[in-house]
Amino acid sequence: MEFKTLLTNAAVVALSAGFASAQDDSILAVDGDVINTRAAAPAFAENLDTVYSGWHFRSGETQSLQMDDFENPAFVFVDQGIDLFDKVEGSEGKACASCHEDVVDFAGLRPALPRVENGELVTMENLVNECRTERMGAEPWKYTGGQMTAVTALIGLQSRGMSINVAVDGDAAPFFERGKDLYYQRVGQLDMACSNCHEDNYGVMIRADHLSQGQINGFPTYRLKNAKLNSAHARFKGCMKNIRATPFKVGGDEFKALELYLAARGNGLSVETPSVRN
Amino acid sequence: MAKGVKPRVKVPKSAAAGDVITIKTLISHKMESGVRKDGDGNIIPRSIINRFVADFNGQNIIDVNLEPAISTNPYFQFEAMVPEAGEFKFTWYDDDGSVYETSKKIKIA
Repeated sequence: MEFKTLLTNAAVVALSAGFASAQDDSILAVDGDVINTRAAAPAFAENLDTVYSGWHFRSGETQSLQMDDFENPAFVFVDQGIDLFDKVEGSEGKACASCHEDVVDFAGLRPALPRVENGELVTMENLVNECRTERMGAEPWKYTGGQMTAVTALIGLQSRGMSINVAVDGDAAPFFERGKDLYYQRVGQLDMACSNCHEDNYGVMIRADHLSQGQINGFPTYRLKNAKLNSAHARFKGCMKNIRATPFKVGGDEFKALELYLAARGNGLSVETPSVRN
Repeated sequence: MAKGVKPRVKVPKSAAAGDVITIKTLISHKMESGVRKDGDGNIIPRSIINRFVADFNGQNIIDVNLEPAISTNPYFQFEAMVPEAGEFKFTWYDDDGSVYETSKKIKIA
């Protein structure tokens, strides 16, 4: 009897420790500008009360890297993005900067993507490659490649601090529903859905790693593990491999629908691009 | 010449005379160690930043020899005392002979 009580107590302690380390209450400010890293969960995310940026689940050292643009290693790649933005390529003899004179004009684009255009769901990568093939006469970039992430980070940065607000109704509704289905669909040898980790168990350690809510407001994100920028689709692919599933195609319909659904789950959070994670 | 090399420096715009300030520097550089091999088994030639120097009004503050084990995009953070207004000059020396320079002025407030 004595033994059983002890066990129950131990379980309670373990449980409360799990919740205590769920997410910290630090405030993210980059060079004085406060970035909103928590928000009331949107109505359709019925199992969440509050949405937290992945920043809250990282260690103090990793968090501080993102609080200063000089310390943030992603800015090495943003600088490359600036060079690529001005680089003339393709048969038309144009660079991004030939039409889009000032990259600052892209403020407000990142929070609204992905969005539906002419019945198709488009991501920022699609927009960049459409410009390259249609208007510059250049080769499209690899969807998750280094040039692509450098430029999407540069464009996303212009909207840093603005609230994510992707449309989920109207034309976007079928894509949103598909993304939601994928989010709750168990797949792979481990038979897990996105929700099993990022909704049911966020804030809990999965071995040595701290599970976040899987918000994508900071993508493309610099990861310390591979020392480069990572696009959202590359991250989805990594997640699917971890659960021993066959990943969907990067840039494909499934991942784009999932990106829309995940972005919408973070409606109200600020754009953090380019964020730093482990 | 190594591609995509870009020095970045952070120095406060002003300081009180005699203040100790923190300086952060980073240069984007691949820092190829010279011991790696490519797909065909050939050694990839060494290409690193081998020396970093910072001066203030002609006076040397720090002079660093870099070795091949240092990772990509070498970052230095150090402190310097500012006796007067002037200019910090930062210089990086590449294996291929290139020299990258940048400078920052500081005022006395």
